[in-house]
Amino acid sequence: MTQSLNRIAAMTARYYYILRSSSLRLLEIIYWPAMQMLVWGFLYTYLYDSKSAMASTAGLLLGAVLLWDVLFRGQLGFTFTFLEEIWSRNLANLMMSPLQPFELAASLMLMSLIRLVIGTLPVMLLTFVLFGFNVFAMGPGLLAFFLNLVLTSWAIGLVVAGLVIRQGFGAESLAYSIMIVLLPLCCVYYPVAALPLWLHPVAWSLTPTYVFEGMRAALLDGTFRTDLMIECLALNAVYLGMGFTTFVALLQSARHKGGLLTMGE
Amino acid sequence: MSRIERFLPRRHLTSVSPNTTPAQNNAPDRPNPDETPAIAVEGLCKQYRTHWAVDDVNFIVPKGWTVGLLGGNGAGKTTTIAMIMGLVVPSFGRAMVLGHDMAIERHKVLSRMNFESPYVALPGRLTVRQNLMVFGRLYGVANLKARIEELIEDFELGDVLDRVTGRLSAGQKTRVAVAKALINDPEVLLLDEPTASLDPDRAEWVRSRLRAYQKRRGATILLSSHNMTEVEQLCDFVVIMSHGRVVAMGRPGELAERFKCRDLDEVFIYLARVA
Repeated sequence: MTQSLNRIAAMTARYYYILRSSSLRLLEIIYWPAMQMLVWGFLYTYLYDSKSAMASTAGLLLGAVLLWDVLFRGQLGFTFTFLEEIWSRNLANLMMSPLQPFELAASLMLMSLIRLVIGTLPVMLLTFVLFGFNVFAMGPGLLAFFLNLVLTSWAIGLVVAGLVIRQGFGAESLAYSIMIVLLPLCCVYYPVAALPLWLHPVAWSLTPTYVFEGMRAALLDGTFRTDLMIECLALNAVYLGMGFTTFVALLQSARHKGGLLTMGE
Repeated sequence: MSRIERFLPRRHLTSVSPNTTPAQNNAPDRPNPDETPAIAVEGLCKQYRTHWAVDDVNFIVPKGWTVGLLGGNGAGKTTTIAMIMGLVVPSFGRAMVLGHDMAIERHKVLSRMNFESPYVALPGRLTVRQNLMVFGRLYGVANLKARIEELIEDFELGDVLDRVTGRLSAGQKTRVAVAKALINDPEVLLLDEPTASLDPDRAEWVRSRLRAYQKRRGATILLSSHNMTEVEQLCDFVVIMSHGRVVAMGRPGELAERFKCRDLDEVFIYLARVA
């Protein structure tokens, strides 16, 4: 156990060294969410000031953007940290070391969390300072939303990392594109009721749907939907287990295919 | 029977046996038949679609020996080493290291072995010190700072210690990579062309360090190389592969004699052409 923790700490330190070595990388983590927030923040201000029917939903829009970013950046943070190993042709060194797959996954999760905090917290503060939108007004529910979205982002990150190990650079673009598939289905900007009836089961099979429905309940009615969050957490436990199993299976498949040694060339 | 075997009499496929005599380095006089070999490769095969990259390879490496794995490009050396490391799962047969099957229980032995290859890089954005620290912790090295100090001294890394690894020269990178490969004081060391891309002076320097380590630790080394001088200097025994199969085995001097060649270089060329 101690050895395991030591290896997780070693890998986290390795990723932290990379992050620390480049101020541009640090800036990049904040840059995209901040730019996105500015665009949506101005729209929020415009709608809020217009006194139109849309004014009441302006806050929903901004909350949705912030939470979607948690999901998106969480997955990017996980996958990009893993891709560092491919780009630096270091994967064989790691696979030859006593590092276990779950230890690698744990260090990637930790790093994803660190990157998320660096990228999201300043943007949440910026949103409050510039547009007066206090994301923390969602109350303790925010923590539940954050936790569930992060867990989902890790489950997806594990699958993408496994696909990159198995398929090589061909699967790299999934790091950017995979989340876009979820965007229309997990009802970020509209309620599930807006979807055609036949898509409802699909939407409810996706964990972010629970979070965004929960967010709407918190912002519109001021209620925290515990039922939604518990269901979401249970579903996330299943997806995280499936994500890790897929990661290990794809790693094993790469060992059969013989790609680990030349990965990155 | 393979195409190569038709050209070569069976006597060229001699394995390391208890009667095999010593080697030039620190190897024991004879392998102990009762002792588990450091590496045992048994009927090892790897098929990629219709192509057999490795085809029924058998050899053992007794503890404390340095064995060279030779062959031209595409002979199957790297795939064989990858299967010994457990990075590639064999289609048939097995590769055992210190008594453990590397396809299924590699985690039991990984902390006792290490490897170096110029085709696998260390993280280029980390400094040399950071890389040694990270790998030392991954291998669970006790008293890591002291071990790193030893390696700094042995491999003259003091002047590059706080430099970013990716910006070092090829020679400096090789020194760092070999230092990383020795960080856990491995019992079994796998080296894939350890001096490729080095000038003769630096290559000899690296060889001298490997010899010193082997002598001090009594480690087992499996080395793949195209440099026959290097193999003659370092290895107690050589295994020559061609088209995925072992075509000859023996001590470097014996092989030259057996094939009526002046040196290992000529043996290599002869076997490559026959194959």
